[in-house]
Amino acid sequence: MSQEVIQSTVVPVVYLLSMILFIFGIKRLSKVKTARRGNALAAVGMLLAIVGALLELGVVDYRWIASGMAIGTIIGLLFAIRVQMTSMPEMVALFNGFGGIASALVATSIYWDKVVQRAPAGTVYEVLGTDEAVTVMLSILIGGITFTGSLIALFKLQGKLKKGQPILLPARHFITFGLLLGALVLGGLAVAAAAPDSVMWVLALSGASLILGILLTIPIGGADMPVVVSLLNSYSGVAASMAGFVVGNPVLIIAGAMVGAAGLILTQIMCVAMNRSLLNVLVGGFGVTDGGGGSGSDEYTSVTSCGAEETAMLLENAESVIIIPGYGLAVAQAQHAVRELADMLKERGTKVTYAIHPVAGRMPGHMNVLLAEADVPYEELLEMDVINSEFKNTDVVIVLGANDVVNPAATKDPASPIAGMPILNAHEARAVFVVKRSLSPGYAGIKNELFEYDNTMMVFGDAKKVLQELIGEVKNL
Amino acid sequence: MTMGPLLIGIYVFVLAGFVGFEMITKVPPTLHTPLMSGANAISGITVVGAVAAATTGAPTVANILGALAIVTATINVVGGFLVTDRMLRMFGKKKK
Repeated sequence: MSQEVIQSTVVPVVYLLSMILFIFGIKRLSKVKTARRGNALAAVGMLLAIVGALLELGVVDYRWIASGMAIGTIIGLLFAIRVQMTSMPEMVALFNGFGGIASALVATSIYWDKVVQRAPAGTVYEVLGTDEAVTVMLSILIGGITFTGSLIALFKLQGKLKKGQPILLPARHFITFGLLLGALVLGGLAVAAAAPDSVMWVLALSGASLILGILLTIPIGGADMPVVVSLLNSYSGVAASMAGFVVGNPVLIIAGAMVGAAGLILTQIMCVAMNRSLLNVLVGGFGVTDGGGGSGSDEYTSVTSCGAEETAMLLENAESVIIIPGYGLAVAQAQHAVRELADMLKERGTKVTYAIHPVAGRMPGHMNVLLAEADVPYEELLEMDVINSEFKNTDVVIVLGANDVVNPAATKDPASPIAGMPILNAHEARAVFVVKRSLSPGYAGIKNELFEYDNTMMVFGDAKKVLQELIGEVKNL
Repeated sequence: MTMGPLLIGIYVFVLAGFVGFEMITKVPPTLHTPLMSGANAISGITVVGAVAAATTGAPTVANILGALAIVTATINVVGGFLVTDRMLRMFGKKKK
């Protein structure tokens, strides 16, 4: 087959197949039964897209391409095999950063090749064409923001950088907005500059993008990082799409746009679940500037605490138990222990279910993944809307490392910072055990009224240790 | 009406965005993290653009940037799909 036929027919058909696979892949990813196949389909689509791209190149020097792919594959494999399920959000943030920087690098490389190395006469927009010149700058801008933004999100998820607390610079809105405007101006200058002079503008634009990513993310608290990662996921899609305009590749444009839309939808869903507007999240500083109320009201007055033994005694007679897992369960890696306890209770004839708040864990669905890892049956995980009416008929609720999502203040105190946030009505149960390391506030930075309720008992300690003690006690019953 | 490649590209971009939007509104919350991870892997599609940016063996700046793009995009693709599969494998096994 001649290269011409390959270029005009084979490559476009391969690309088309790849896009169809992406669409079917994402569709199947949206159902539990078919999700795994969907992911595999999308992966095959990716393989086809890469084959198409290589065919399109024809005969070139493949050494760098092959080495780059080999190195990337090895690093990707190592990450994917070694990561703990609890660190999934960090992993997504990191991969996302790589995707963002890759798009920026593609654009920079093409700019460097056509404008700097070939050193043609004329301005950048004359050399590249206006649309390509503009999309090069946009790729660099969005890709750069995605890269550093994702890295900051990763550090915040790990609890580094002031333990994930917001970092608020003076006049930060002014600085950030000014820098964004400045970056756009720099991009414009680069497009309009004569080819040899444009380098410094492009370098300045790259620098500004990287700093922007940092500035946009540091004022946002650790609790809001899932929203940020989701939004950055959307950005990396848009950056890929822009790179698609630069290289004139429809697969890139389409796949990038679809991911861009996906990220936006997920971001919106997460914001709704936390009763926050996206703008409110992005402005940042939540839980620091608007802490509200006097410090006196934040102190606990009547908290009852007990140990594993007393908890086990109550569990002995309980007919129904609801477990509310939260971030603390993920941190303590207690998902296997909780399943063991649930199994023992079920053997004794107790009905055990799990109540999953939409933002339990660190991302929507994260808790489901963790519990699935521990072989908890899918049917036992109940979503908030389904289970909220069950609490009043429930004997014992065990809250494991969750805090704000069970704070009744959200529904009872209109002045509370979390007023209106949907919560799990744990307080309606006959007895509530809250397993928690201390009385320290959750991400919202406020006190949890539930801890003072008469039917609530605090069990202080690491979720895993407490569960293991409980398992021991239940065994002895 | 004759559309230039840029306009066709913009059409495609907008329509693909709507396709993504429609598909993803119908996903149960359970699958949000795997979906995010899977979508993230797909955004590594930029590898397709990256291979076009490192086509000579010469150690020029453009080639080095292109090769770096291939490495980072490949990490995103390979790692992303594998991690998503690891998560979804767990949903599969408890159905036995």
